[in-house]
Amino acid sequence: MKFILHVWRQAGPKAQGAFSVYEATGISGDMSFLEMMDVVNESLIEHGEQPVAFDHDCREGICGACGMMINGIAHGPMRATATCQLFMRHFEDGDTIYVEPWRARAFPVIKDLVVDRSAFDRVIAAGGYITAATGGARDANNILVAKTDADDAMDAAACIGCGACVAACPNGSASLFAGAKVTHLGVLPQGQAERRQRVLRMIAQMDEEGFGGCTWHGECHEACPKAISLDVISRMNADYLRALWAMRDEKQEQGAG
Amino acid sequence: MSTALDARIPGGPIAEKWNRHKFEMKLVNPANKRKHTVLVVGSGLAGASAAASLAELGYQVKCFCFQDSPRRAHSIAAQGGINAAKNYQNDGDSIYRLFYDTVKGGDFRSREANVFRLAETSLNIIDQCVAQGVPFAREYGGLLANRSFGGAQVSRTFYARGQTGQQLLLGAYQALERQVGLGRLRMYPRTEMLDLVVIDGRARGIVVRDLVTGAVASHAADVVVLATGGYGNVFYLSTNAKGSNCTAIWRAYKRGAGFANPCYTQIHPTCIPQSGDHQSKLTLMSESLRNDGRVWVPKKKGDARPPNQIPEAERDYYLERKYPSFGNLSPRDIASRAAKEVCDEGRGVGPGGRGVYLDFADAIKRLGVETIRERYGNLFEMYERITAENPYTVPMRIYPAVHYTMGGLWVDYNLMSTVPGLHVAGEANFSDHGANRLGASALMQGLADGYFVIPYTVGDYIGSAKLERADESHPAFRDAERGVAERTARLLAIDGTRTVDSFHRELGKVMWDYCGMARNEKGLTYALGRIPEIRAEFWTNVDVPGSADELNQALEKAGRVADFLELGELICRDALERRESCGAHFREEYQTPDGEALRDDEHFAHVAVWQYRGEDRTPERLQEPLEFENVHLSQRSYK
Amino acid sequence: MAGSQPAALGVGPTNRVRLFWRSTVGKKIVMSVTGLIMVGFVLLHMIGNLQIFEGAARINAYSHFLHHTINELLWLVRVVLLVSVVLHIVAAIQLTRIDRAARPVAYRRREPQAATVASRSMRWGGLALALFIVFHVLHLTTGTIQPVPFAPGDVYANVMGGFRIWWVTLIYVLAMIALGLHIFHGAWSSIRTLGVNRPKAEPLRRPVAALVAVILWAGFSVVPVAVFFGWVR
Repeated sequence: MKFILHVWRQAGPKAQGAFSVYEATGISGDMSFLEMMDVVNESLIEHGEQPVAFDHDCREGICGACGMMINGIAHGPMRATATCQLFMRHFEDGDTIYVEPWRARAFPVIKDLVVDRSAFDRVIAAGGYITAATGGARDANNILVAKTDADDAMDAAACIGCGACVAACPNGSASLFAGAKVTHLGVLPQGQAERRQRVLRMIAQMDEEGFGGCTWHGECHEACPKAISLDVISRMNADYLRALWAMRDEKQEQGAG
Repeated sequence: MSTALDARIPGGPIAEKWNRHKFEMKLVNPANKRKHTVLVVGSGLAGASAAASLAELGYQVKCFCFQDSPRRAHSIAAQGGINAAKNYQNDGDSIYRLFYDTVKGGDFRSREANVFRLAETSLNIIDQCVAQGVPFAREYGGLLANRSFGGAQVSRTFYARGQTGQQLLLGAYQALERQVGLGRLRMYPRTEMLDLVVIDGRARGIVVRDLVTGAVASHAADVVVLATGGYGNVFYLSTNAKGSNCTAIWRAYKRGAGFANPCYTQIHPTCIPQSGDHQSKLTLMSESLRNDGRVWVPKKKGDARPPNQIPEAERDYYLERKYPSFGNLSPRDIASRAAKEVCDEGRGVGPGGRGVYLDFADAIKRLGVETIRERYGNLFEMYERITAENPYTVPMRIYPAVHYTMGGLWVDYNLMSTVPGLHVAGEANFSDHGANRLGASALMQGLADGYFVIPYTVGDYIGSAKLERADESHPAFRDAERGVAERTARLLAIDGTRTVDSFHRELGKVMWDYCGMARNEKGLTYALGRIPEIRAEFWTNVDVPGSADELNQALEKAGRVADFLELGELICRDALERRESCGAHFREEYQTPDGEALRDDEHFAHVAVWQYRGEDRTPERLQEPLEFENVHLSQRSYK
Repeated sequence: MAGSQPAALGVGPTNRVRLFWRSTVGKKIVMSVTGLIMVGFVLLHMIGNLQIFEGAARINAYSHFLHHTINELLWLVRVVLLVSVVLHIVAAIQLTRIDRAARPVAYRRREPQAATVASRSMRWGGLALALFIVFHVLHLTTGTIQPVPFAPGDVYANVMGGFRIWWVTLIYVLAMIALGLHIFHGAWSSIRTLGVNRPKAEPLRRPVAALVAVILWAGFSVVPVAVFFGWVR
């Protein structure tokens, strides 16, 4: 098969970017989208040009490194599929394909299709965890978790942190990402002690990073390689209201004797 | 000179060693911990858990990963589960049984004391992970669920759907990010370690390259922990992530750390076969498929008929034929070798003839399509997504693929390498798995090392070594930085005609053909001649575009492949010198009359440790003798 | 921004309101609550309007009841509505600016997968409704705009006169389409923003919001249309 690619090229974070047009030839339907990009890159190198930079690693849809806007759709036309698991057989021979990086203020472009998603790490660092000092945990079966709660937690925890939700959202909102973590930890009994702090801190950090707000277009859910439900955003908001309501001044710790 | 290495195994009965050792280890005063810097390279299960735990103890911790976020380390891709001797199912499991299974599964090439500690700490791992909120599968009553896994007769595997590795890693990652948020740990993503700095015989820091700006920088420390994963990508095609590499451990090797058992590379029997030369990686399918699928190939060579037109009488269910009692459930190494054998005979199926059928037609007839969908629905979907074939109607095609490397840097009982101050954790060390790893044990080892061993033994090292202050102004750092910059400049200056990938593919093919599932002296000797030739061509004819001071993925790849080109040779050398078959290492010359691995305990019950001696000299092969006081040496049989 | 520590959270009831208003989620919650108040109001308003089909006496009596019998309550409602409208609009403007800033570089190609006409027209539709409300108040409440001479207290006459004029009717009909769309998305998303919905398998389905939107659209549109075509006597 053969494709005409319009790929966003940008030499560096501050450089001016533009689309370059490449022809991808000799592509088989069994190639993944990234393997097609590999072919393009090999030929660019052979022609003395710089290959297109893009993030990728596991190539089995779980690490969350890859992600491109393919013909205006985050991760391309297949639902619940990361770019590395998108195969060329889903395109028509001769198709023109636009390839763009994730676009968001919080995800500045580093080079070509590579963006900086460290904002997600900072949202997690702000509160997306359960404090559990290493060692000294009680026996695992002392904590009972209803199967339905464990399933809900797992559904939300499946997030791979790829950023497609932000990329697809017309507002550049990270609500699905943050909501997934708030839900994962918030439905488990282990996560209750920090539940209020967690949601307040994560939302404050999310805003600080420059993500937009949620207006319920539902684009994030459609783009998500793990098809995480919009319900996680509702849960996050409900938790937020409750946390704000119950908010108190922290007591100063008194020095001991 | 044949020095025997001292693993510094504590005395006493096996069940008491670790506890006794923990008591005997030196402690570091809480107020002094913050005066000590620990560098953790790698942020997978072992690295993230070690970094988080050390930061929590109060050390100054810096953690490095080449990915854009620590959450992407390849531990994330582990599917099946994690073993722990909890005996929640009351089916007779115990620490001792997990220990026994692991030693036996490793074909008696692992260190008993380490394996016992691993089994012991497996209990704490599950507790720790549940406390962190890892959403393990649950029974309706709210208790943890278990499944059974290859190589064990008890149900001791904990799992989170097919994403156990992901969930465990996210637990460790969140603990790590918490320390980042508290300001106790500094994370350096998109940063690659390119050299180890050794001062006065001790590891005192690393040199890294910022992958975004290309800046080369030094970090001094009191302890360096390498948790950089395995080197399966030396085969080019493997189930590893594209970025997985051997660079950190290889540079440490060249700075004096011994490399143990490099030839122990595990090949997983159920992967999706290669569909063409463009293939960039292989995808693993859970081994559980072999519970209901029947493996076969046509009896006739080059039979190109579609599978459903090949009558029953013309099919060869070779696993059932050769191993009547275990049949399709034969262990990984045996099933893999058998598949290679039939494909070598020209009876393989699919493009390129490198594949065998895994047929569910009988199971569907017997159990109904619904039952099969319930059991394997998600795997069938994954298979169809990749191959566009429907496994409910057309038999799956599978082929073995490189999956895990048991070898790695040699470490003593404290997980310290032969370079004092350099600790190695997870798949990067030569590990507790001997010559073969059992399913669901990699996650266990990574977390055991990171949460429960490294935090103690690093403290012991700091507490007992009288460390002079070292900082980045030391000339050793300047030298290392210069070395890194020169090497980078050299790669960029070659300006040849071949891409990095083409060399990587060529190396991979040599490794796979001559040092893959079955090895022999002739092939290994050939590979030992061929690899230096490829390497020589690489250094004169590779084309690395771009510059050193920008994000340059071709340059990153070139550096990694350059290291693989050296490691590949060491793997073949190790495979050649180990004149026996054991676990994943199968030498055709050493097999029983019916084709099983034939160990030579008299001459090879030891760890082979390779010591670097300089660019043009063959490395020295040292030994750590293995003693089996608790599990008695016996021959594995799966007939 | 890169490499910075997560923002410290000043906690304490003293800055709770500020914290709330500062966050995108807080602003969304303000929009939800004020939006739902307005939905409640327009439902009552619509029911009131439909009395026109029972004749002049009935609708004028209702108007008298509102303006004289429960005048204080009417003013209270007006204040609540005014505050709601102002908060709704201020939050909307601020959120729009935040959202626009969140994507400084637009995509060359963009293919929406789930967004609806309703969800994508919230901002322009909202602006249109705001303008319409001004027009509507000036037309039928204060009588400032007089397409036909305004008779204070005689709702029936004002309505019958105004909606005989084609462009007045057209404005109302178009505005009610905007209202229906705004509520189709807004009522549903308000419930989700407040997090009081039950989790469900198909999160984009919204039968209740759709019903409310259709009722409001039809209930409001029927009056000007019926008057225009002479179906109301």
